Amino acid sequence: MQYLSFKRILFGFAFSPNLEVNILETIRLAHFFKARLVLLHVGDKTESKQRKIEEILDRGEYSDVQVDIHWREGAPIPVITGACGELDIDLLILGALQHENLYQFYVGSIARKLTRKVNCSVMLLIKPTLERVPCQHVVVNGLDAPDTPLTIGTAFYAATVLGAKQLTIVEEIRQKDIHVTVEDDRSLKRANIVKERLKHREEYRVRNLLKELPANITSDIQVKNQSIFGRRGYSIGHYAEVVRADLLVMNAPDSTRLIDRVFTHDIEYILSDLPTDLLIVRNKA
Amino acid sequence: MKKKNKFIKGKAADLPKNLFSGFVVSLIALPLGLGLALASEAPPISGIIAAVVGGTLVALLGGSNVTITGPGNGLVIVLLSAITTLGKGDLYQGYLFTLAAIVISGIIMVIMGFAKMGRLADFFPASAIEGMLAAIGLGILSKQFHIMIGNMEAQGSIVSLLGDIPASFIQLFSEPSQGSIMAAAIGIISLLILFGYPKLRNPYFHLLPAPMWILILSIGISYTYDLLKIPYPLENGFLLSLPDDVMASLAFPDFGKVLQTDFILAVLAITLIASIESLLSIKAVDKLDPKNRRSNVNKDLKALGFATTVSGFLGGLNVVTVIARSSVNVNNGATDRSANLFHATFLLAFVLLFQEQLRKIPLAALAAILVYTGYKLATPNTFKKVARIGREQLLIFLATLLGTLFTNLITGITIGILTTFLIHVVVNRSLSLFLSHLIKPNILMFKESDGDNYYISVKYFCSFLNFYRLKNKLDAIPGKSDVVLDFSLCNFVDDTVMEGLESYRETFKKKGGSLELIGLDKHETDSAHPFALRKILPFGALKPIENYFTSRQRGLEATAGDYHWIYNPAKQTDASFMSGFIFFRTREIRYFYNRIAEPGQQMSVFDLEFTEGAFIAREVIKTTAMHIELDHKIPVFTLDKEGLLQMLYGMAGFKDIDIDHHPDFNKRFYLSGEDDTQIRSMFTDPLVLFLESNPYYHVESNGHSLLIMKKERLLGVQEIKQMIYFGQQLRNLLQQAD
Repeated sequence: MQYLSFKRILFGFAFSPNLEVNILETIRLAHFFKARLVLLHVGDKTESKQRKIEEILDRGEYSDVQVDIHWREGAPIPVITGACGELDIDLLILGALQHENLYQFYVGSIARKLTRKVNCSVMLLIKPTLERVPCQHVVVNGLDAPDTPLTIGTAFYAATVLGAKQLTIVEEIRQKDIHVTVEDDRSLKRANIVKERLKHREEYRVRNLLKELPANITSDIQVKNQSIFGRRGYSIGHYAEVVRADLLVMNAPDSTRLIDRVFTHDIEYILSDLPTDLLIVRNKA
Repeated sequence: MKKKNKFIKGKAADLPKNLFSGFVVSLIALPLGLGLALASEAPPISGIIAAVVGGTLVALLGGSNVTITGPGNGLVIVLLSAITTLGKGDLYQGYLFTLAAIVISGIIMVIMGFAKMGRLADFFPASAIEGMLAAIGLGILSKQFHIMIGNMEAQGSIVSLLGDIPASFIQLFSEPSQGSIMAAAIGIISLLILFGYPKLRNPYFHLLPAPMWILILSIGISYTYDLLKIPYPLENGFLLSLPDDVMASLAFPDFGKVLQTDFILAVLAITLIASIESLLSIKAVDKLDPKNRRSNVNKDLKALGFATTVSGFLGGLNVVTVIARSSVNVNNGATDRSANLFHATFLLAFVLLFQEQLRKIPLAALAAILVYTGYKLATPNTFKKVARIGREQLLIFLATLLGTLFTNLITGITIGILTTFLIHVVVNRSLSLFLSHLIKPNILMFKESDGDNYYISVKYFCSFLNFYRLKNKLDAIPGKSDVVLDFSLCNFVDDTVMEGLESYRETFKKKGGSLELIGLDKHETDSAHPFALRKILPFGALKPIENYFTSRQRGLEATAGDYHWIYNPAKQTDASFMSGFIFFRTREIRYFYNRIAEPGQQMSVFDLEFTEGAFIAREVIKTTAMHIELDHKIPVFTLDKEGLLQMLYGMAGFKDIDIDHHPDFNKRFYLSGEDDTQIRSMFTDPLVLFLESNPYYHVESNGHSLLIMKKERLLGVQEIKQMIYFGQQLRNLLQQAD
C-alpha cells in the first residue's frame, strides 16, 4: 500500500457555535475524498437537535456525499474510539483549538486524547469555513522512519484530491546527528560540511521514496525538499506556519506515555500549538 | 608538514609585534596587578602571581586569540568579602582560606568548560550586568578613595565607606601628618594624570601608559629625596610591601574551612563572577580581533580554570580574562596568544629585577589607579546610557546596583534578574506568555532553497531567558552568509536580545555577511533607542510607526538616500494604484508603509499588509513589493516560477503561454495572460535572457504598470536593493523594446 485513500470518515460533533462550519467542512472533505461520512453525536437524541442537524445538512453544497448520523450515549472518548473500530473508520476528523494554554496542555482536551487513542488516521481542523478555501500548499514530514513512505504517499494523495499545487517534504535533522559542536571557526566549518552531507543523504533518501509513488498522485504537484536542522517535531510545525501551509501531514507517534508529555517531543509540540490543519497518518492494520 | 612550516613561519613573522604588545600590556598589568590585590586586602604579590600564571597557562592552553588574562577588577569585591568574612578579622588567615576557595573555583571552572557551559553569561540581562559592574566599580572606588587621600584606617561596608569620604578629607586637613599630606598629594596628582592622559595629545607622553607614568614618577620622587638627602616623608605603612624573597615566600592555601557554609558561598560567588567576567570579556575581545577569529570559549574556560587552580596553590588570585588589558593588547598590534605569554614573562622579569624599586611605590598612587578603574565602571555615562534604552532598564540597573551595594554580589544579580523578569511580565501583562513557552523551542532556521540566504523565524517571545537558543542557531551560521531574522511571529523582544543581535550584526558584517532583522516595525516601544525592548501592538493600526525606527527602517532611509529617492515610513491606506493587478483581486490591501520612491513616484518599493481569505480563514500577510509605472501600455500578464509562490490563478481567459525557441524559459517560468500574440512579441530575446539569468521574481502587469514581488514575507534591506536593481533593469529593457 502506497497511500491511504480514506473511504469512511467519522466526525464527532457537538452542538457548539461552530457546528455548522465544522459539518460543512467535513462534508466538503468527504466529497473530495469520495468517502462516506459518519456523523456521530455523543449525547442524548432530541427532536430539536435532530432538526438542527438536518437543516445544516440540507444547506450542504455537495449532495453526492452519503451521510449517516449516529447518536450514542456515554463518555465521549471511549464511545468515539469504539465507533472508529466498529464502523471501520479510516479517518477521524476533529475540531481543535489552535493554541492550547498551560492547563489544556497538561490535562489534554478531548481532541488531543482521541488523537492518541484511536487506531485510524486523524485530521485536526483549526479553521473550518463556510465557503471553500482551496488548499494550496501541503507540508509533510520526511523523517527516516518506517511509516514515512505511507505518510508521504498519503500526503500526495490528499494534495491531489484537494487540488493543492505544491507539496514540501521537510526533513528534520537532529542537532545531535551532526556530532560536531560549534565552538570556533574550525568546528563551524566542520559542522557545515557535515550538515551538507546529511542534507544530501536525506534528500537522496526522499527522492528514492518519491520514485516509488504512482504518477497519478504526483504528476500535478510541485515538490520541494527542505532540510531543517532543529528540534524534531517542532521545526516542521514552525515551518508550516512560516510558509503558511494549509495542511500538515505527519507520521503517527509510536506511543505516547505521560513522560512524553512532560518532556515534550515530536508531535506534542505541534498538537500544543497547531499551525495549520493537521493530518496524522496511521495505518489501521 | 609543509603547511605546518608555513604556519610556524607566519607566527614567527608576527613575533616582534606580539613581543612589543606583550611589553606594553605588562606595563599596565604591573600596577593593576599590585593594586587589585591590595584592594582585595590580599598581599600585593598575589595579583602578580595570577597574571604570570594566567598569562603563561592560558597562552599555552586557551582557546581565544588576543585576550590577556590576570587578576580581574570584577573579583575585587568578592575576594575582599571572602577574605574579611573567612578570616574573621585576621586578614592573612582569611587570605589563606580564600586561596583554597580560589583553587576550588578553578576546578569548577574546568568542569564547566568540559560541560560546555560557555553559554552561562548569556542568561544575564544586559542591564543587570551593567548594574553589577557599576556596583563593583563603586566598591573598588569607595575603599581606595580613602587610601588615595592618605587615610589608611578607613573600614566598613561600601555604602558607609562612600559616606565617609568627606570625613576623610576633613581629617586630612584637621590633623595633618607629614605622611598623609604627602600621600594625598601623590594620590590626587596621580588621579589628575589618569584623567588628563587621554586629553593630552603629546606623542612622547603617550609612549608609556598612564599607570606606568604614575609608578615611575612616584618612585622617582622617592629617589629624588634620597639624592637630596632629605628623609622621605612616607613611612613603610604608606608604601607597597613585598616579601623579601618573592620566589621563596609563596603562600599556601588553607583548606581548613572547606565544608563550611560561608566558604561554599565564597566559592560560588568567586566562580560565578570569574566566569561571567571572563566570558563577557572573551566575547568583547573577539569583536576587536583584527583577524575576526572566533574564540573557543569552552576551551578558554578550561584553561582559565586550570590557571586559577595553579595560581591559588602558589598564593595568587583568580585568573580571568580582562577586557581593558586585552584591548590595549589589540591596539598595540597583538595577533596571537604569544602576546599574553610575553606579558607574563615581562611581568615576572619586572618583579624579580626591580624589587627594590617596587617597594618605593606609594599605596596612594596605586589607590589612584584603582579609583580611576572603579570610576570607569560607574561613570555617570553608564547611568545615562542605560536610561536612554528605556526607563524600565534604569529600574533594573538601579535594583541590581543597590542590591549589590547593600547585600552582596550574588543577591544583587539575583535581584536584577528577578526585576527584569517582573518588568517583562508587567510590560506584556502576561505571565503565561513566558511560563508556557519558556521550555519550548521557539526558533526555526533553514537555508532558503533559492539562494544561500539563511532564514530564522522566532516565535512567542525572545528575551534573556531564551536568547541562548537564538544564539545557538546564529553561531552555527558561517560568518559570510546573509541572514534574515524574522520577528513577525514573536510577541516580545527585550533589550538584551536587541543588544546581542547588534553585536552579531557587526560580526557578520566584518566577516562579509549580513544579518537583517525584519518584522519588528510593528512592535511598540517606549523609547527611540535601538536596543529598547519591543512588544507587538495589540491595536497597532492606531499609532504612527515613524516615531521609533527599527534598524531596518534606518537602512531603508539610507538606501533611499543612496538612490536619491524619498522615504516615507508612514502608513498609507490609499492603494488605488495597485488596483488592476490580478494578485490583488482576491486579496485586500489593508495598508502599505515604509515606502521608498523615485522623486517622480514612478518606481517605488514598499511594505504591504494584505489579507487573504475571509472570516475565520482570513490571514494577514506582510510582504515587500515594487511598483513601476510605465510610460506606455503593455499587455496584461503574470510571470511566475512554477510553484514557488502560491500565485497561480485559474483566471478565466488566462492561458499558459510558451515563448518560441526558449524551451528552458518555458520550463522554468509560468507565463500567462489573455492576449498571447502581444505577450509573445513583448518577450523578446534580451528580455527572456534577462529573466533567465536573474534571480526569480514574481512579475505581473496590469496594462500600464508592473508589480514585482519576491517572497511572501518582508524583505531585508539588501534584498530590497537587489529588487530595485532588478526593477530598473527590467524597466530599461521594456522601454528599449518599445
